[in-house]
Amino acid sequence: MTRPFPFSAIVGQQAMKRAMILTAIDAKIGGVLVFGDRGTGKSTAVRALAALLPPIRQVADCPVNSARKSECPDWAQIGSTRIVQRPTPVVDLPLGATEDRVTGALDIERALTRGEKAFQPGLLARANRGYLYIDEVNLLEDHIVDLLLDVAQSGENVVEREGLSIRHPARFVLVGSGNPEEGELRPQLLDRFGLAVDVTSPRDVETRVEVMRRRDAYDRDPKAFAAEWDAADADLRAAIVAARAALPKVETPEGVLHDCAALCIALGSDGLRGELTLLRTARAQAAFEGAAEVGRDHLRRVAAMALQHRLRRDPMDEAGSAVRVDRIVSETLGPLRAAAE
Amino acid sequence: MSDAAQWGRARDALRLFALDPKAMGGLWIRARPGPARDHALRILEPLGARRLSPSMSDEALDGGLDLAATLATGRPVRRSGLIDAADIVCLTMAERAAPALAARLGQAMDAGELGVIALDESAGDDEHLPAALGERLGLFLNLDDLPRGALGAVPLPDRTRARSLYCRVTLPDGAFRNIVAAAVALGIDSLRAPMLTGRAARGLAALDGRLHVEESDLIRAVELTLAHRGVMTDAPSDETAPPPPPPDDRSDERPDTPPEASEGPPPELLVEAARASLPPDLLSALVAGRVARTQRAAQGSGAAIRSNRRGRPLPARPGQISDAARLDVAATLRAAAPWQKLRRESGPARLLHLRSEDFRIRRFEQKSDRLLIFAVDASGSQAMARLAEAKGAIELLLSQAYARRDHVALIAFRGAGAELLLPPTRSLVQTRKRLAALPGGGGTPLATGLLAAVDLARHAGGRGFTPSLALLTDGRANIDLEGHADRMQAGDDARRIAAEVQAICPGGLVVDTGRRATPDLAALAGIMSARYLALPRADASRLGQAVAPIMAS
Repeated sequence: MTRPFPFSAIVGQQAMKRAMILTAIDAKIGGVLVFGDRGTGKSTAVRALAALLPPIRQVADCPVNSARKSECPDWAQIGSTRIVQRPTPVVDLPLGATEDRVTGALDIERALTRGEKAFQPGLLARANRGYLYIDEVNLLEDHIVDLLLDVAQSGENVVEREGLSIRHPARFVLVGSGNPEEGELRPQLLDRFGLAVDVTSPRDVETRVEVMRRRDAYDRDPKAFAAEWDAADADLRAAIVAARAALPKVETPEGVLHDCAALCIALGSDGLRGELTLLRTARAQAAFEGAAEVGRDHLRRVAAMALQHRLRRDPMDEAGSAVRVDRIVSETLGPLRAAAE
Repeated sequence: MSDAAQWGRARDALRLFALDPKAMGGLWIRARPGPARDHALRILEPLGARRLSPSMSDEALDGGLDLAATLATGRPVRRSGLIDAADIVCLTMAERAAPALAARLGQAMDAGELGVIALDESAGDDEHLPAALGERLGLFLNLDDLPRGALGAVPLPDRTRARSLYCRVTLPDGAFRNIVAAAVALGIDSLRAPMLTGRAARGLAALDGRLHVEESDLIRAVELTLAHRGVMTDAPSDETAPPPPPPDDRSDERPDTPPEASEGPPPELLVEAARASLPPDLLSALVAGRVARTQRAAQGSGAAIRSNRRGRPLPARPGQISDAARLDVAATLRAAAPWQKLRRESGPARLLHLRSEDFRIRRFEQKSDRLLIFAVDASGSQAMARLAEAKGAIELLLSQAYARRDHVALIAFRGAGAELLLPPTRSLVQTRKRLAALPGGGGTPLATGLLAAVDLARHAGGRGFTPSLALLTDGRANIDLEGHADRMQAGDDARRIAAEVQAICPGGLVVDTGRRATPDLAALAGIMSARYLALPRADASRLGQAVAPIMAS
């Protein structure tokens, strides 16, 4: 397989890259929704992320990538306890995927040839402890969306069909991308994404030229191009690993909790999910920067991506919800300079 | 553009596609069925493209269990789907492809697994290739109106030789800048487009047996890959050329890299080439520019409803047999097949053990939905303040339409005419933009506005929509159908068209946005068998309450 385009070599698109890095630091943030123009490198970034992430350790033959033998589901009948290192799974959910393929279903081969009832795991099993990527997420069939919502909520995939009764963990980071002009996303699904970023084509010629130059170099020799960026990718990977380790130690001052609440009230975002995600994301951001505690600047930097898709739906509001969030952030927390200690 | 030049371009496109179908991103052939298209497809025949039609079921695309073979051999035999099995597919009637199909082809193209030949037979403004597909197809070829005499033989390149050459061809550094500048000047936002241009330029050099890209390669590549995407077709003047800095500025900033002949042609030349290669009819279509592009997107937003009666087949789902549901026999047997061995062991001796949990119900995708047509009076009598309120009212209705996942379309009438501001779409982003930009002023051509709504409703009905009309006006019609200022005639015309409205989409809504209620308008609503509602001044939320039951019906 050819090597994917290196993550560090992606020109610009800072918000998208940072959102992906933050979910890699703390998977509990939830997913990332990337909405924007065509040809802005949305899919490229997701593929690149897969190669960037540090590998996971898992039981060799476990279909749900369990870390320990005790976590393997019974139905998988895992014999060996060998632990291997694997790249973090990034599983594609294609638009045409059937329910069977997503949740898993009866293993027809074994049923036919041996007359055994066995479960054949689906995409959700493969995505456990990793990423589930849905391109053109707004075109996904409704019944698949329902199913995903349910699983993303509970972290568990339950299959009750064809005489099977199977459950297995399915905790994954949902990454969706799409173009809003093709249609809107259902609010329920929207809310399920921890972070949302808008991407647009870069406006200046220089950036575009750079994009094209790198892509051309990659096209002609993927291996050599990726090798050039190996060091940068390795640095980023090390930073993610370090941030993961630092995350539990990041202090959260009382004041920051108040700020989160004040922000969400000022924005009128529904439910508490916004506050929790905002705080979590700010902590990941602080860990990434190597800070000992979460500060207002961290909140500021992540507020737009954590909250813009949770504002009370005002269909007629101008497209830039991110702008609205930023405005309220500077009203509530004061301008960037003054608040920085 | 002469026929010979057009065919020369076609020749380039065909040879490039044959060189590397996947790298070139595919070939978009716009042509009605005819000798020119047949000729082009015959030339491409050696590539062995598999045919794909937009109406194919997901199973044909993805593959599935081959029932007959599975039962015969006693082990599952999978039939591979078209998308997985083929390297090159030829998508017929590409303009009819659903966005979901386009997205899936696009994913395969992005992964470098598929080359697509898209046959675009679109006629008229309301048919477009799905954006997800058009965006990824690199080479554009227009064969319409090409006489038989212009067609010539096209020797396909020796692929191994040309390809090994292609991998080594490099673009001069200045060429990147020039291609990007040309793309920007043409108003092309996507970053994919200039990359495809670069590949095409390299391919053309390789086809000529050269290792370096020449000026002519770049110009030809731009003609093939950028021209059809362009939205800026007006004469190049520095004031109108939008985001990109004018060429002079750029050379000032970077005196060290002036666009020299050795680095390829200056961007202006590329833009000129792109303009020159536009066929005249395409030009007129593109003058409407961005509208055409968004229309294309709007068409993609069609909400498909699942039906079990007609439409494109979808994968069968488990379900129970009822009057409304049709059993998918093959899928049901397929679901039951694996169990036969187990059930035979546990149950009575029977040839076939079918249980209710095996039942699979047929489903079809049908492009049909409710369409709410807003006809908005933007005339001068509808004073500016009232227009703002009318917009507020529409916003309310829109948010309800959104909640119900209806489609909306927007028609504005003022002065002497009516304009379709937004074709049926479900994208709120677009509706919002159009509404905000709606200008006011001029006479009130109520009949013309209604007529536009009737036309749209009739057309939408043909495409499977169920249209209903929301008319927002102060009812002071003063321009008749002919465009003359004649209050009497205008009123008569409006009533006449209202009768047509009643025939096509009865049960709509008329919102009187005048300062005082207008009895004439109430009468007009009666003719349309629509509900009449006077907009209470500056109380849009009451409107929302009043409208809810109508929307729910």
